[in-house]
Amino acid sequence: MSASEQPPSASSTSQTGSTRVKRGLADMLKGGVIMDVIDAEQARIAEEAGAVAVMALGRVPADIRKDGGVARMSDPDMIDSIMATVSIPVMAKARIGHFVEAQVLQSLGVDYIDESEVLPPADEAHHIDKWRFDIPFVCGATNLGEALRRLSEGAAMIRSKGEAGTGNVIEATRHMRSIAGEIRRLATMDETELYAAAKEHRAPVELVRECAETGRLPVVLFTAGGIATPADAAMMMQLGADGVFVGSGIFKSGNPEQRARAIVEATTHFEDPGVIAKVSRGLGEAMVGINIDTLPEDQKYAARGW
Amino acid sequence: MSSSFVPDRWIPGERLTGRLPATLDGPADGEVAAPLIGVLGLQSDVLEHLRALRRVGARAVQVKTAAQLAEVDGLILPGGESTTIGKLLVRFGLLEPLQARIADALPVFGTCAGLILLSDELEQDEPQPLVGGLHVRTRRNAFGRQLDSFDAAIEVAGIDGGPMDVAFIRAPRIERVLSDEVEVLASVDGHPVVVRQGPIWAAAFHPEVTGDDRLHAAFVAAVLRRA
Repeated sequence: MSASEQPPSASSTSQTGSTRVKRGLADMLKGGVIMDVIDAEQARIAEEAGAVAVMALGRVPADIRKDGGVARMSDPDMIDSIMATVSIPVMAKARIGHFVEAQVLQSLGVDYIDESEVLPPADEAHHIDKWRFDIPFVCGATNLGEALRRLSEGAAMIRSKGEAGTGNVIEATRHMRSIAGEIRRLATMDETELYAAAKEHRAPVELVRECAETGRLPVVLFTAGGIATPADAAMMMQLGADGVFVGSGIFKSGNPEQRARAIVEATTHFEDPGVIAKVSRGLGEAMVGINIDTLPEDQKYAARGW
Repeated sequence: MSSSFVPDRWIPGERLTGRLPATLDGPADGEVAAPLIGVLGLQSDVLEHLRALRRVGARAVQVKTAAQLAEVDGLILPGGESTTIGKLLVRFGLLEPLQARIADALPVFGTCAGLILLSDELEQDEPQPLVGGLHVRTRRNAFGRQLDSFDAAIEVAGIDGGPMDVAFIRAPRIERVLSDEVEVLASVDGHPVVVRQGPIWAAAFHPEVTGDDRLHAAFVAAVLRRA
């Protein structure tokens, strides 16, 4: 058939906002790096470096820690200007439980909403009912039960929380090991034990059973919170992450362009120490990190969410 | 199987499970060897393509280096972010070897971002690295942003058994076909979304996330016919 002939056309059965297209966009981000940006210029640098998406927010977590106060959903003007500047997906953060911030972000047409513990929660008991939205959500989790509770509320992607704005990877490691280890334990259980495991994880037994059968979360699992170097990113990938969020680690470092690029390249070739060594050369200053044991309990963002 | 390929356990998403079906062993006496199909593995849903290919009987491997590229009988360029994959092709020295193999008639199948990368031209001002070879002009995110992503049932010429179950995710579409060599196999709103130009196949949607493996099967059969 030549191009001039009438090709067959699509049937009229098309549907937006399905779970499949919500989870599907996360699938397309796998093996990639999503970078926090606070303006259009940073978004351009991130895209140029090879980011698969950007997270638009008013202040990076390191500055939220430093400045204190209540961090909230970003200014719609800023989000619009970032969406107009880059062609890759744009994500934005809403406070935990703040369903109106989520409604606003959906109306702006962002591609993904992060219901994020980096902002102070707006509800002390309830997360957003994410099934009510056509826009997909990513949520943080420190362990398997928390991840599955977010999925039961409609999240389409999970990221391990880590401890944002610290430049310290230890919490990200803890959370990735926790999620992966708990799934491995489920896989060894019989049907009866899975009911008890569901109670222990405070998660729906159907989701627990699905993890036990498939050996993984039913959605894409990224990692976040404290990734500052190419080796950090590659370590998270080797621990089983599908991809990496980098927040303060890039634009709080000495040479953001080069570091962003290096983290992207290390995430692609995460199993190859030769590549990681090469991209780690001459990167300049990494962001100054914070030791987690010196962090006061009320400053630990990972504890937010339930 | 050559040892130059990265083991499956290093594929994002597979690290936790090791449950991807194994690549098939060599042929029994009198059988034709299953073709070795690579999935370009710089970024995106590589695992879903590998699963689809293995379900339809191909040996399938992830391709991240020029040495691996040299060994495959066919290649899938998966979805994902075309800007990211294009930049990584350049930085890791894969763009020219890939263009050379395509010029040498390597069967390739691009889905979503893969279609974008294979296109000769894009409908945008901002330049981005392209592989090219498919004589079409393509518009990225042609249906809109994520809120406009959709599931659809699509009739594809040459694919029997009713409409294909597919997902369009921030999908591109072809604005203009630039050569008579390009066959249009399916369209949406008058814009081509599945095309074939000799050994180059491309689809604007994702057949790999739905479990409808018929396009993968047709591609693998075409690779086998050329072998």
